[in-house]
Amino acid sequence: MRNIFLFIRRYFNFLFFLVLQIIALSFLFRYNKFHEAAFMGIASELTGRVSSKYSNVEYYFRLKKINESLAQQNEELLNQLKNNFQGPDSLTAIVVDTLNKDTAGLARRYLWRGARVVNNSVSLQNNYITIHRGERQGVRKDMGVISPQGIVGVVVNTSENFAVVRTMLNRQSSVSSKIKKTGEIGKVFWDGRTPDYVTMENIPKSVKVAIGDSIVTSGYSLSFPPGMMIGVITEIVEDKTSNFYSVKLHPSTNFYSVEYVTVVDNLQKDEQKRLEEATRMTQ
Amino acid sequence: MSKFVRNIIRYILFILVQVFVLFKVSPLHQFIVPYLYFLYILWLPFNTPRITLTLIGFLFGLTLDYFTKTPGLHAAPCTLIAYMRPFLVNILIRQEGAEQNYASPSITSMGLAPYATYVFILTLIHNGYLVFLEWIDFGSFFYFVGKVLASTGVSMLLIFVTEILFFRKEKFRTNTA
Repeated sequence: MRNIFLFIRRYFNFLFFLVLQIIALSFLFRYNKFHEAAFMGIASELTGRVSSKYSNVEYYFRLKKINESLAQQNEELLNQLKNNFQGPDSLTAIVVDTLNKDTAGLARRYLWRGARVVNNSVSLQNNYITIHRGERQGVRKDMGVISPQGIVGVVVNTSENFAVVRTMLNRQSSVSSKIKKTGEIGKVFWDGRTPDYVTMENIPKSVKVAIGDSIVTSGYSLSFPPGMMIGVITEIVEDKTSNFYSVKLHPSTNFYSVEYVTVVDNLQKDEQKRLEEATRMTQ
Repeated sequence: MSKFVRNIIRYILFILVQVFVLFKVSPLHQFIVPYLYFLYILWLPFNTPRITLTLIGFLFGLTLDYFTKTPGLHAAPCTLIAYMRPFLVNILIRQEGAEQNYASPSITSMGLAPYATYVFILTLIHNGYLVFLEWIDFGSFFYFVGKVLASTGVSMLLIFVTEILFFRKEKFRTNTA
């Protein structure tokens, strides 16, 4: 027993170093798997506050760009309004109600909440952004996040007033996507090279793709509504050894200067998830 | 200004510069990540106890991690270089007792060549371990070697510039009595 104590005392420095290493590595690998880490909630509150101070300064230099993109999005939305389409003898009154079911009995599936970006990175291999809206304001894990131009990423961690979003520029993210023109389903991911393009793989060679085609989200994702813009094809990489193309897309979201985002809440997600999990259990 | 306060201010400044200046630089290439923050650990005084040094390294790395949302990725290499630091100082110090005559490692206290070696080895260890941790998750061997070499080069350049811009006057303390 005495020898053990002597040993510990003798090598206390080294043992202390080993303990800290193990703590650090367990933080890292736990976070990479589940995106939860000790004190991440408190730390997000603190770093979020520092970042929002900083982004208040940076914000003024981007006002012009933000205005432009919001105006563009408004124009797009105005064009989708119901009263743009009017036949001579159709229904005249448009009823706006706040019920979660419309007159045709359709239940609301997506709820949108705006949020401001307070921290952003593009230069690392795993990039995250922090938004100033958290659990108290209705943001939960796995919600999708979009910008006026296209999709941004998925919420992976929340604290009371802030949320951390894993952007598309992250080695761990992958988004279910489809080619808008033909409807082929694939997966979009990032290879870590440059923030200027992401990759979509496994497109059969029978499909005709061209440079400039749009890639949008498919309906299979629980986080994103179908048809949200992901990017535009800039290069088609043909692999001679397989029957598939892979294409490089220019992401439509400008990750360098994303300032306002919208969090998408899929209200029917839980029901769908429960059913799918119950089915898996019985198989 | 006391040494303690100065080191706390440095702690905050190094983190802020790394997060809000160096990480905001738009990426030139996948391999080039400008890391400077760990210079804080290299600048800590000679007479810091080894336990404290290791603990500061861990906390310092973890602080940066909570900003980049990668808990552990920077903490592990920082702990390692903080632990290795005393060994290197012992080997590279110019003469016996220099760590008593000067406050902290610098060009004046250690001499240019030993100080450069000290910085280079710890930078290489830091970047090597950091990229190794990334490499476990993804990437190829080429990614590992390329990124270690490129980011070490950039780090060395940044440290060189910092040493020139913020030249630290080291007073020679005569405590021979």
